[in-house]
Amino acid sequence: MDYINNLIDNGALTDLFFWVFAALTLLCGILVIANPFSRNPVTSAMFLVLTIISMSGLFLLLHAFFLAAVQILVYAGAVIVLFIFVIMLLDLKEEQRRRIKFFGLIMGLLSVGTVVAIFMKAIGSAKLATDAPANAPEGETYALGKLLFTQYTLPFEIVSVLLLVAMIGVILLSKKKLE
Amino acid sequence: MHVGLQHYLAVSMILFCLGLLGVILRRNLLVIYMSLELMLNAANLALVSFSRFNGKLDGQVLVFFIITVAAAEVAVGLALIVALYRKRRSAHVEDLTSMKL
Repeated sequence: MDYINNLIDNGALTDLFFWVFAALTLLCGILVIANPFSRNPVTSAMFLVLTIISMSGLFLLLHAFFLAAVQILVYAGAVIVLFIFVIMLLDLKEEQRRRIKFFGLIMGLLSVGTVVAIFMKAIGSAKLATDAPANAPEGETYALGKLLFTQYTLPFEIVSVLLLVAMIGVILLSKKKLE
Repeated sequence: MHVGLQHYLAVSMILFCLGLLGVILRRNLLVIYMSLELMLNAANLALVSFSRFNGKLDGQVLVFFIITVAAAEVAVGLALIVALYRKRRSAHVEDLTSMKL
């Protein structure tokens, strides 16, 4: 653990890893939504897995060790498997290359431009930290669990009820006949 | 160049924009759902980096909740898509126009 911490705390190495993981995340993110070689949803799902994994690398660099593990377990392990399962179940034909509507393209670029403009304005006016504070807590399981079961007990219980509701809803939705 | 908070936020912003473009431009319901996941993940990245650079763990707890809610959302959404496909035999948004006036 000390060895890993030393490696992570060493500034230059961390920066290098950041650029690698960020480039991987963005490249795979582009390939999820616009793959020039394949229109198959399975390919998109696979690149989504790669995006998730490289993003959990970014989480590691931010000392969020528990969340990096949860990210891989829940997203790459459960959510993507669910996606693949549904794709196989539906037996989709390859998405035809329909012409992208001009109106849709304009609206998409407009909304993206708005988001970028808001972001630039916010970044420009804010004084952002370049270094984490020296006593920044590690996102390890113990610290996170302690916070989760003391300060955030009520949201935790509510989220568990939400999961139950989602489960019942899914069972109802996937019954053969909806009454 | 030393990597600071703004670099993480920039990555998060670009990822969010990619997801937004995917939701608007793609026609396959499943790919639209994957783009939604991308947007949620971008928000997660922003929260974790804020949590790190402010020296507090509350952001990470929030990310934990977001991951839980996203998992529930994916389960319900995919069940809806399957139910829809059973009725219409299609998962293209252009074929789902019964609520159009």
